Amino acid sequence: MSTLTKQTLSHLDWLEAEAIHILREVAGQCANPALLFSGGKDSICLLRLAEKAFRPGRFPFPLLHIDTGHNYPEVTEFRDKRAAELGERLIVRSVEDSMARGTVVLKHAGESRNKHQSVTLLEAIEEFGFDACIGGARRDEEKARAKERIMSFRDEFGQWDPKNQRPELWNLYNARSHKGENIRAFPISNWTELDVWQYIAREQLELPSIYFAHVRPVVRRNGLLQPVTPITPAQPDDRVEDVQVRFRTVGDITCTAPVESDADTVDKILLETATTTITERGATRMDDQTSEASMEQRKKEGYF
Amino acid sequence: MSAPEHLPDIDNGLLRFLTCGSVDDGKSTLIGRLLFDSKTILADTLNAIERTSARRGMSAVDLSLLTDGLQAEREQGITIDVAYRYFSTGTRKYIIADAPGHEQYTRNMVTAASTANLAIILVDARKGVLTQTRRHSYLASLVGIPHLLVAVNKMDLVDYDQAVFERIRADYLAFADKLGIRDVRFIPISALNGDMIVDRGSRLGWYAGPTLLEILEAAPAAHTERAEDFRFPVQYVCRPQDAANPELHDYRGFMGRVESGEIAVGDAVSVLPSGATSRVKAIELGGARLERAIHEQSVTLLLEDEIDISRGDLIVKAAEAPEPVKQIDATLCWLSEAPLSPARTYLVRHTTREVKAKVAQIAHRVDVNTLAHEPAAQLAMNDIARVTLKLAQPIVADAYADNRATGAFIVIDESTNNTVGAGMIA
Repeated sequence: MSTLTKQTLSHLDWLEAEAIHILREVAGQCANPALLFSGGKDSICLLRLAEKAFRPGRFPFPLLHIDTGHNYPEVTEFRDKRAAELGERLIVRSVEDSMARGTVVLKHAGESRNKHQSVTLLEAIEEFGFDACIGGARRDEEKARAKERIMSFRDEFGQWDPKNQRPELWNLYNARSHKGENIRAFPISNWTELDVWQYIAREQLELPSIYFAHVRPVVRRNGLLQPVTPITPAQPDDRVEDVQVRFRTVGDITCTAPVESDADTVDKILLETATTTITERGATRMDDQTSEASMEQRKKEGYF
Repeated sequence: MSAPEHLPDIDNGLLRFLTCGSVDDGKSTLIGRLLFDSKTILADTLNAIERTSARRGMSAVDLSLLTDGLQAEREQGITIDVAYRYFSTGTRKYIIADAPGHEQYTRNMVTAASTANLAIILVDARKGVLTQTRRHSYLASLVGIPHLLVAVNKMDLVDYDQAVFERIRADYLAFADKLGIRDVRFIPISALNGDMIVDRGSRLGWYAGPTLLEILEAAPAAHTERAEDFRFPVQYVCRPQDAANPELHDYRGFMGRVESGEIAVGDAVSVLPSGATSRVKAIELGGARLERAIHEQSVTLLLEDEIDISRGDLIVKAAEAPEPVKQIDATLCWLSEAPLSPARTYLVRHTTREVKAKVAQIAHRVDVNTLAHEPAAQLAMNDIARVTLKLAQPIVADAYADNRATGAFIVIDESTNNTVGAGMIA
């Protein structure tokens, strides 16, 4: 006879167990998955979860990064170091190669390459025949993502059809696809930004240095801090200031803004995250501010 | 807002709940209110919905705009798909599944209900118990949600009259009894004004019970209310065979999630459907060795004997082993625009196992409004029916009423790979 246990998992343990379960379902159901690893905090959590899911074995998938060529060097260096420490295979495919092939055409030289990652991702999926891509997207990030499935089906053009998603019941995930189609799997769908930082703190995960407070030259534009870099130089009438900042999210330099902060440890970041008054993407993403539906539009076109 | 010295520890785990109601019951406003009063909505999101409210000529901020995620939903002012929302009180994390009430209601509600441990059923105080209230309650009980909370909303529009609330409660209890709903509670609220949601407000003084949030905080978590048998569907088998590490040469880890019950090192186990037996040698989680593992924990089991085990097998305690079956009676919800055809073969996914299946019989279809049984030759989208399925290979199942994880299955159409049905084993 079973004994009644009143004990339950803490919320972090529960989220961890769910994510491990999802990762193992991808491995069990898909023939050739890949894990999207950018060096950002969400995908750093994914790697720890993959260790917990599959060690002492190797990961049943390579790591894949779609590089816009406009990433912060601290992040790409971290990406390479972390992959080497884990002894797992890292595949990098570059938007610049897609531009050279003519499959990505920028409207003008200064256009952000961020949304064009979709093209390069689809090319990589085709090149390697990946039937699933595991990503670190979270439902709390953005409105369109709140409706995203944990196993999300994409057609052969990589398109997401939000009005015609597969029903997802219990924890019976359906990751089946035909050749050329693709599943996007999101193991940390149910995590919030605060959960991610609590997990980083608990697991003592190492992060790229730009997540922590540092002094950086910036220009104030449209209420956001635009970092001054070789890719995003100051304009003649800009007033460049040295400000103590940290990044809440890291991505393409042209569309990721830091926030003013003196939080230089994970504990201080946790406190700031718990008491912030602005959402993660609202404070930091220029690409989400073009219209209320810009994330949904990008996702329909094959974005993560 | 002043920063606290340190973060409160969340120690009461996680609760998943469902909100159901129809377009005008104020469901989105309730969710908006919960997020707003629990300080989950941040300034920029609030600014965005303030702008949208003003553009639509509304005088107050429309909190329901928070939950309309898709462009088409905003354009049409309706909710099309299930949305998931998150908030935390400092002691508990919540996942809200927000099911739209009007379109594809069965499909969406069953989906949202499948992972919930509590359902909030909204009733408009002016309208009382309606057909849809019965429908939502029936679906919630069908999917096995153990706790129902009937929130009588818009009390502000009936002058906060206790008699209205009591009449609705009596009406509801009259039919809840027939559904076999065991735990149902009632609360008067005004989502618009925030009465009795997080704060008590001053206008419902006659109501002595807890606020809606207090009810959520005290609601039992899944798996904690009765003893459950240990069920461990194997998801993946780890055989490292690392030439550089001879210690791992014989390593065979059976990876999965404890769907129910618990397991400890030394316990006698059976592997189904083969029936092979062994004992648990070790339980691992990310390199750490555990003495025991409880429900919902994802772990790796190592056994004392070398047994052939693969994905789709079920590990149970030796004394609690159910029989493998090749035919099942089930309640089936049809989710696809293409009707269920008894002539076709489908794929059934049950735990981590997939088997081919055919419908042997449709016993009856249930009218979700009247609960009447009617004959049916095929099933259309949103139909619910009692069916018998024949399976190509055996599965090891429990009745859904005993175990949601091993009693549930989905039906997949192999031509599209779509999930077309959701079943609960009788």
